[in-house]
Amino acid sequence: MANAMSRRNFVKLSGIAAAGLGGASILTACGGGSSSSDDSSIKVGLMGPYSGDVAQYGLAVRNGAQLYVKQLNDKGGINNKKIDLDTQDEKGDATEAKNVYDKMVEDGVVAIIGDVTSTPSIAVAQASVNDNMPLVSASATAADFIKYGKNAFRACITDPYQGKLMADFAAKQGYKTYGAIFNSGGDYEVGVKDAFVKEAKSKGLSSVADPQGYSAGDTDFKAQLTTIISGNPDCIFCPNYYQDDGKIVTQARQLGYKGVFLGADGWSNIVGGDQDYASAADLEGCYYDCSFTVNNDDEKVQQFIKDYKAEYNADPSNFCALGYDAAMVVMTAIEQVEKDGKYKPSDDDYKQAIIDAISSGSVDGVTGTIKYDGTGDPVKPTLVITFKDGKESVFDTIEAS
Amino acid sequence: MDQELNGGQERPYVTAKASKHGGGRKTLSTKKRYIINALLFVAMLAIGQGLIDGDFISRYQTTVIEQIGIYIIMAVSLNVATGYLGQLPLGHAGFMSVGGYSCAIFIIRMMPVFDLNMRSFVTGEPMAVVLFVVGVLFGGLMAGLSGLIIGIPALRLKGDYLAIITLGFAEIIRVVMLNIDGVVGFELTGGAKGLTGIPSYTNFLNTFIVVGIVLFLIHTMMKSRHGRAILAIRDNEIAAEATGVNTTYYKTLAFVVSAFFAGVGGALYAGCIGVMAPAKFGFMKSIEILVMVVLGGMGSMLGSVLSATVLTILPEALRAFADYRMVVYAVVLILVMIFRPQGLLGTYDFSMGDFLEKLINGELFRGKSKQKSEEVEANA
Repeated sequence: MANAMSRRNFVKLSGIAAAGLGGASILTACGGGSSSSDDSSIKVGLMGPYSGDVAQYGLAVRNGAQLYVKQLNDKGGINNKKIDLDTQDEKGDATEAKNVYDKMVEDGVVAIIGDVTSTPSIAVAQASVNDNMPLVSASATAADFIKYGKNAFRACITDPYQGKLMADFAAKQGYKTYGAIFNSGGDYEVGVKDAFVKEAKSKGLSSVADPQGYSAGDTDFKAQLTTIISGNPDCIFCPNYYQDDGKIVTQARQLGYKGVFLGADGWSNIVGGDQDYASAADLEGCYYDCSFTVNNDDEKVQQFIKDYKAEYNADPSNFCALGYDAAMVVMTAIEQVEKDGKYKPSDDDYKQAIIDAISSGSVDGVTGTIKYDGTGDPVKPTLVITFKDGKESVFDTIEAS
Repeated sequence: MDQELNGGQERPYVTAKASKHGGGRKTLSTKKRYIINALLFVAMLAIGQGLIDGDFISRYQTTVIEQIGIYIIMAVSLNVATGYLGQLPLGHAGFMSVGGYSCAIFIIRMMPVFDLNMRSFVTGEPMAVVLFVVGVLFGGLMAGLSGLIIGIPALRLKGDYLAIITLGFAEIIRVVMLNIDGVVGFELTGGAKGLTGIPSYTNFLNTFIVVGIVLFLIHTMMKSRHGRAILAIRDNEIAAEATGVNTTYYKTLAFVVSAFFAGVGGALYAGCIGVMAPAKFGFMKSIEILVMVVLGGMGSMLGSVLSATVLTILPEALRAFADYRMVVYAVVLILVMIFRPQGLLGTYDFSMGDFLEKLINGELFRGKSKQKSEEVEANA
């Protein structure tokens, strides 16, 4: 190339650029005033994927959590201390998540809201045990997330719980046979499907065909669906994310399947958008379980939706609501610890006190009342949502058993 | 073995250079060069560990430094196949995952046998150290083995075709990791949910000891007869074959060595992160490593080391810019490729021995003789 530089010039130039960048980043860091918790503020970490493949979930959780903290700070914060949210992107990558975690510990956060997706969450959970860092995830549904220590909590229900719940629901509805189609490369899909199959068996439902797996990124599901539909099941369990679910439902209808589809909380958002699949007619009479829907008439939920719209000019999703609740769980616990006033945020005991406050407390979140009975799993109600004329509505509320 | 192979190799070069500058030039013997380098390396390790123990380097920085070490291994090992052998394999992440999974599974399975727990690796019990060494070697060997299986058919192809077949094999590895549990009938890799609960057996010291060993082994291999044969194949495969180089053998050798060290890097990675998920070792991971090699300059070990360092630090250093950091990362890559298409260092490599020789002969700041091109200087 004609304008290629010599090595020497290039090294010189990049040296100058690097020095400039380094200087700028140091300035930004100082300018940001990112000091650790002190008398006027309490520092809390918020991590998630804000860029990359799963950014949509991270951003939704971030919006929800930031909204709660903003409302709290507008009311004067906790004990006259502002909450200083240290928000960091981890790109949905376990390596980055661990880096972010280490950085947050170093910056002196007293608790972390995060992580969002399963694998990075587990990486963070494993690393956090030694620090006894309170960890509240809005959406880490993988069972292992809370396995490593008593410091990890989640605001959402787990994959296995959802599978079991939907199998119980199917039995209650009187379905006798089922088929299942799932993304075999997703931990979420596989986790929900496994639990569904297990519970369905114990409830006496029979499977018309082996659960049919597809690969992430597939758009044609007709081969799997044909296998399932040839057995003519009462219901098809389809615990995937909504982009896939929408196509699956439409393709099944094209193949002449008239029965019911059951889904899990990946289905939220399936209605709306400019898609040419998952029409109102296709979705009629299907069910999925979820913690949150905008069509819930509950007063608290409607207030949250109003606040969220005022802030972001959009409808909140399931993940936004969970982010809001996760922030609520953390802040309520901090409030409790501050009220007791026994420890300073810089103490290690402060973290333990937050953990104790979370496990013994109970919060009235927008996804229902959340409390923890000695585990990191929430005890909270779950909504079963159905579709009528292209509108979602709450079919049933299943209390935690 | 390496010493023996290497013993006679550097001398002719040194004398050739010495004669050019006249008889009075002082030279360093190969042995002395190695001793100096080893001492410097140990000193660097000691300083690094001292800074960490003294809390001058925080835990966050230590984690990033460990990752730098791991990516140095990844980039340098890929450099064997791309820079030295001149092929374009796109499946390096596949070998990394094989190494990582094998090492992690091996160590997790062996822990109860030797009565170790997660903390044993942090406190550094002797048995844990032994397990670490065996585990990392096992990871490397498994990756090397898969490199052999893939290399034999793949290296019959050239250029784009090789790139595509290695890409395909890496995908096969990923899908195997995803689905093997169902085939073997018990939990091995953990499938889509990933392998969790890996003890954190990676730390600054053992990562960089491994980095040192890897750099040394690759360096000596490239200086040896085998390395020269590999370079000959890169420069002109037909000519190399005509002079009696067994091209199939050497191509496979370089490929397997590259895979072996990728496995070692993967093994360290598993211990550093504590979670392995197949989705992390897709096409993009291979590209990420390839970018490091290309950016540093194909065929330059120092280039790979530098660019692995820069590209690992960059996303972290730019954290202050929040959402714009990935844009900056991309812009840096584009600028380098426009203004410096041969990579940061081209094929230049730094040699401590040559540097010292120049220093003791007082040639360092004398006017640079321009008749030698950078490329000749490079292979010193």
